[in-house]
Amino acid sequence: MTTLSFAREIRRRTIGMVSAAGTSHVGGCLSMADIVAVLYGGGIVRHRPTDPHWDKRDRVILSKGHCCASLYAALALRGYFPPEELDTFGQDGSRLMAHVSASVPGVEMSTGSLGHGLPVAAGRALAGRRRGGDQRVFVILSDGELDEGSNWEAILFAGHHRLDNLVTVVDCNGLQSLGRTEDVLSLEPLIDKFLAFRWGVREVDGHDHESLSRELGTLPWEPGRPSCLLARTTKGKGIDFMEDSLAWHYRSPNAEMAARAITQLGEP
Amino acid sequence: MRTAFIRSLAELARIDERVFLVVGDLGFSVVEDFAHEFPDRFLNAGVAEQNMTGLAAGLAAEGFHVFTYSIGNFPTLRCLEQVRNDVCAHRLPVTVVAVGAGFSYGNMGYSHHAVGDLAAMRSLPHMTILSPADPREAAACAPALLASGGPGYLRLGKAGEPLLDGSRPIDLLAGPSCLDRGDGDVALCATGPILSEAMRAADLLRARGLRPGVFSCPLIAPIGDATLASLWAYRGVVTIEEHVAAGGFGSLLREHAPPKTRIVSLTADRNLTDLVGSQEFLRTRHGLNAERMVSACIALAEEVR
Repeated sequence: MTTLSFAREIRRRTIGMVSAAGTSHVGGCLSMADIVAVLYGGGIVRHRPTDPHWDKRDRVILSKGHCCASLYAALALRGYFPPEELDTFGQDGSRLMAHVSASVPGVEMSTGSLGHGLPVAAGRALAGRRRGGDQRVFVILSDGELDEGSNWEAILFAGHHRLDNLVTVVDCNGLQSLGRTEDVLSLEPLIDKFLAFRWGVREVDGHDHESLSRELGTLPWEPGRPSCLLARTTKGKGIDFMEDSLAWHYRSPNAEMAARAITQLGEP
Repeated sequence: MRTAFIRSLAELARIDERVFLVVGDLGFSVVEDFAHEFPDRFLNAGVAEQNMTGLAAGLAAEGFHVFTYSIGNFPTLRCLEQVRNDVCAHRLPVTVVAVGAGFSYGNMGYSHHAVGDLAAMRSLPHMTILSPADPREAAACAPALLASGGPGYLRLGKAGEPLLDGSRPIDLLAGPSCLDRGDGDVALCATGPILSEAMRAADLLRARGLRPGVFSCPLIAPIGDATLASLWAYRGVVTIEEHVAAGGFGSLLREHAPPKTRIVSLTADRNLTDLVGSQEFLRTRHGLNAERMVSACIALAEEVR
């Protein structure tokens, strides 16, 4: 399966899951779908779905835990658990809760409150350094999440400690809960900020698989520096009535909308 | 107390490679020896408690038992959500160590008065919470918290607290530790270094012909109903703590006490935020001293007789 068809299948599953569960955040799930597809489908993340705790695995932490549906879909499709279980997403008693949960095979950390993933990722990367392992730690952040001061504590820390086994992918879809990231609390220039904190920084179209694969396939970009990939994305990517729309941070597609959205994705 | 703790931690680190100490840029003249002896298992995270706690969770997820160390409210309240979500919800072996319990840093002001930490920590899942009274109890804490294998909170005083009692066997997880059974219906119970006031109160009461039971209660969580059984032999219990009433030690006993037991608690006044002074001054102004304990004990002995 190509990463493009993997991404399409992640999107298709995601839309079905959030629609059936009536949950929010489909826009952010779709903006990061290509990132997840390249990480797990493009040979970037070293992992063993049949042995989720394999000690040499790369660690992946989803800090924007509200967008877990697309991660769950990717993990199920890669064999961590049966894809049929995705139908239980957000249902009573399911382990597939609507913020990412470490009780799901392949998930390293439960998140939900923003700004928690990067400090924990930094700790795991430091443990790798102190023990001499060569596993990497990937953490997926949202751009709005960078409002949280805890991230900047960790960014300062990782740069200072030269954690070049730490990789942050920022899903820069430009929208957060109440508006455009630049209007709510201006983040730019993000490249300069990360450079000033002693990180290596690259910027890509977060829906261009070739660019994502190229950058994520050549880590670390600078020895002694943690890596930050600013993935410029579109919230709701792939569905015309969701794209770049704040409403789809909250709305859940009803059955008719979900069917229309899935049709737009095309044949698998 | 902090010296006794750090020495015991170093002893533990010599025999257990999981022990890792992370400090929040505090611990001058306390942590240097540990840092020198175990450079690979020591880290100064800087003045950044949220990151300190998150990265401790990350280290713990990779197999270390991490002790985070800072003073007052910094490693607890400043980063409460990291303790709650990253550490406790994941049941990770991270022990939060706060020095400066209660009014230890009294003249530093309200920012440094740690009088709500037990309430916050008690609300969190899977926590083992210890609040030792003297250097001897403090030295036993690190092994007990390491053995717990999960999240923990250690509430320490500062430096120079006296050894209050050298004869008791120390078994922190067993519950209240008896210094004197007494011969009446009332017991005095304290958690933390303010046990010294309970002991002084007992002396004052003995001079008046009363002999209450005296207990040190370093274990705050987990508490099962049976853990406190030794206290329920008394009809009345007077508690003292350097903590506000809500969620504190007296509150804890009240949650578990049988209906017939009367509990009177001396607690800090949560509204006295502008009061600064020595630990002794603040204890007195908050009504936390032996004299207040004596009158509470006499009144309670009358009531339950």
